[in-house]
Amino acid sequence: MGMVKATIDGSDVLVPEGTTILQAAKGAGIRIPTLCFHERLKPIGSCGLCIVEVAGKATPVGSCETPVTDGMTVTTRSDRLFSLRQDILKSILAHHPLDCPICDKAGECLLQDLVFEHGITGVEPPAPSPKFTAPYATTFLKSWPERCVLCLRCVKACTEIQGIGALSVAEEQDGQRIAYDQDKCVSCGECIQVCPTGALVEKKTELRWRTWEVDKKIRTTCPYCGVGCQQLLHVKDGRIVKVSGVEDAEPNRGRLCVKGRYGYDFIYSEDRLKTPLIRENGYFREASFEEAIDLVARRFKEIIAESGPDAIGAVSCARSINEDSYQMQKLFRAVIGTNNIDHCART
Amino acid sequence: MFMVIGSNMTEAHPVASTFVKNAVQNGAELIVVDPRKHKLCDFATLHLRLKIGSDIALLNAIMQVLITEDLYDRRFVDSCTMGFDELKQKVMAYSPERVADICGIDPELIRTTARRLASVKPVMLCYTLGVTEHTCGVNNVLTVANLQMLLGNMGVECGGVNPLRGQNNVQGACDMGALPNVFPGYQAVTNPELREKFAKAWGVKDLPGKPGLMLPQMMEGLVTKKIRAFYIFGENLANTEPDIRKVEHELASAEFIVCQDIFQTETTRFAHVIFPAAAWSENDGTFSNSERRVSRVRTASPPPGLAKPNWWIFKQIAKRMGHEWLSDSARELWDNEISVLAPSMKGIKYSRLENNGLQWPCPNEDHPGTCFLHQGGEFTCGLGRFRAVEWTPPAEVPDRDYPFVLSTGRRLYHYHTRTQTGRAVGMNQLLGEETADLAPVDAAAMGIANGEIIRLRSRRGEVKVKARLTDEVLPGTVWTAFHFRDACANWLTNAVFDPISQTAEYKACAVAVEKLQEQATG
Ligand code: SF4
Ligand code: SF4
Ligand code: SF4
Ligand code: FES
Repeated sequence: MGMVKATIDGSDVLVPEGTTILQAAKGAGIRIPTLCFHERLKPIGSCGLCIVEVAGKATPVGSCETPVTDGMTVTTRSDRLFSLRQDILKSILAHHPLDCPICDKAGECLLQDLVFEHGITGVEPPAPSPKFTAPYATTFLKSWPERCVLCLRCVKACTEIQGIGALSVAEEQDGQRIAYDQDKCVSCGECIQVCPTGALVEKKTELRWRTWEVDKKIRTTCPYCGVGCQQLLHVKDGRIVKVSGVEDAEPNRGRLCVKGRYGYDFIYSEDRLKTPLIRENGYFREASFEEAIDLVARRFKEIIAESGPDAIGAVSCARSINEDSYQMQKLFRAVIGTNNIDHCART
Repeated sequence: MFMVIGSNMTEAHPVASTFVKNAVQNGAELIVVDPRKHKLCDFATLHLRLKIGSDIALLNAIMQVLITEDLYDRRFVDSCTMGFDELKQKVMAYSPERVADICGIDPELIRTTARRLASVKPVMLCYTLGVTEHTCGVNNVLTVANLQMLLGNMGVECGGVNPLRGQNNVQGACDMGALPNVFPGYQAVTNPELREKFAKAWGVKDLPGKPGLMLPQMMEGLVTKKIRAFYIFGENLANTEPDIRKVEHELASAEFIVCQDIFQTETTRFAHVIFPAAAWSENDGTFSNSERRVSRVRTASPPPGLAKPNWWIFKQIAKRMGHEWLSDSARELWDNEISVLAPSMKGIKYSRLENNGLQWPCPNEDHPGTCFLHQGGEFTCGLGRFRAVEWTPPAEVPDRDYPFVLSTGRRLYHYHTRTQTGRAVGMNQLLGEETADLAPVDAAAMGIANGEIIRLRSRRGEVKVKARLTDEVLPGTVWTAFHFRDACANWLTNAVFDPISQTAEYKACAVAVEKLQEQATG
């Protein structure tokens, strides 16, 4: 593939043909403000914020969609661009409720950040309008149609990434609206993960928190199927409050399914086993580890003495960590002295 | 191109299915081989709706066409494989016309499929339990491999055979030696040198050299008293194993059962001692996914009450039995024991697992890991060996008393016996009960309406369950899952096993479908 040379804000860049101005700028360490663009989606081109000036062109071009051509000279910051971007943001705010104090997204909202960055003050009181054909809520998510900025990330994510197509764009007389089809939706939450605003929010838990109160985001591996998706656990006060996909991780590249995103809270169930139990006269009674371990070790020793080690068998857990399975087979092979160990790979 | 056999990916491996869909959206072809018309079929160029359990006949016929029409990869077959002549001899008997009835597939469609497969390279073949959960499961897997070798799709990126693992750490449990015949890293217990190596590492004089029993044999041993004590770590055998009545009889016969779990389950009812274990996100460790990628699992919150990490509990038992083990965390177990003892994982250390993990084989600490096996046509035993096999029908086929084929599987919103998803807020709302999926024509013939409670009966048991009429299933078949105890398919399934892998035939047994008598009114 051929390479092309260009100048962005005075720096020379050399990039493969087909690279967009936005990508080239990023590679050169130059940030261009964007709203609808998302790394995992093809350029959408709906917001217009990413405009830049190209020498020889009268009007600015969208950098997320325009490829670099040889000899191009690009300017990403200028007074004109700044005020054009301000105008775009103002027109969004004209139809966006100033919900920040009650919006779950506040603090992690791209719109909020862009408005702040562009120093927009004194907007007229907004006249919010719903940008969805109808508001909706599912078991795990709720829409706030007034907050939507019609960036279309969610629609693209649902079709392009998940291949579901539960979200679509309806062209109505007064403009575009987002339409949602409940029968198609599989509750994967990809739409929430990419939404830059509070137009789509989670309602998995009754707990409420501000985004900045999350004290840890811990990367881990999903406990459900063999895909092994990488998750980010949002932890507040020692409790997982939310799970999201790790954006640039292998193997899932940000994606999760309904189990990976919303199946985490079984660990907080009241039904959890909390102490060892020993059966006595047909009933279980609570016991200490000390006592339970003594009993197991004693019975195993008796059985080995009477019938040999092959009279004991074990099945390990295909859900638990590697180290647990390793440790169990070591217990059976080295301590008990049998190879009677298997697991449920077969089921 | 992708070929997906016996895998309801969109529900069982949802995120993997999104990548297949993306490839199709970007122009790749997809061939689905499955009795059920599941969601992925919407993306398929071809859907071969074969009869349940006829996979080998179909794949052999595809190979027959490839050989007859000289479409196979001669170069790969000549240089990288052995046993072609025997394969040829066997599959030549499977003409598309002959298998048409066995599979319920038009001979022309079989030919088209073979030609399509031969026209594109590479083809990645994915399969899951629809292939393995048969009495001929091992033979199914061999046949799948035969096809890919014949097409020369082995050892190339985006080619090969890609078994999608069901549970999150099935791969890991195998890798770690939770199998009766191998130590960690697939090192045979029958090899005296390996036994010596492990004995030395574990501080014992010697280790048993005779392969142990597989799970179904151990379960049967509980009844014959050959097995007197049974340690069940985290598996709900009383719901997941075929023929619940038989399983419960076996568990009830046991002299001493230890269970280690995070919840009481149908299985812990049979325990004499239960240990409370730390769950996912309550301790550090690693999982290995279907691609052999070792990834970190990290602690987010502490376990409840006295619950402890599983490895810790095993360590305490060893101690009471006179063995002092040094490692005192999952990290120490991995870095100081597992990666030292398993050559294929030697280069994997916790310090290298911070981000995307590593795929074994990874023989040293500078090695980047291996993303696809059999690179350049190299197989573990040198040349790839064709192992031709004959088709055999499922152990139990429909007859007059039990005219339907029951097949089982998983659904999107739940996981196995729901010990976890059933306790995750909202999941039961998305899917609150089991259904028996039934073809509308069959339902009409019996006067069964959508949503009506019906009875499924096999030689082993019966369940009452809501009928769901759908074209997803072929006439003559009924499909259900094992997520809900009352309607659990395993009251019905047949406890017959593949002779080699001892995998149960969950995917086929014979049942009767019955309309319930009208409820007496008043
Ligand atoms: S949850 Fe998933 S399927 Fe449903 S609308 Fe969002 S992206 Fe689409
Ligand atoms: S709901 Fe969110 S992602 Fe979708 S168009 Fe509106 S703002 Fe964009
Ligand atoms: S998020 Fe879904 S697809 Fe990914 S590992 Fe978990 S269960 Fe599997
Ligand atoms: S980021 Fe380019 S148009 Fe929105």
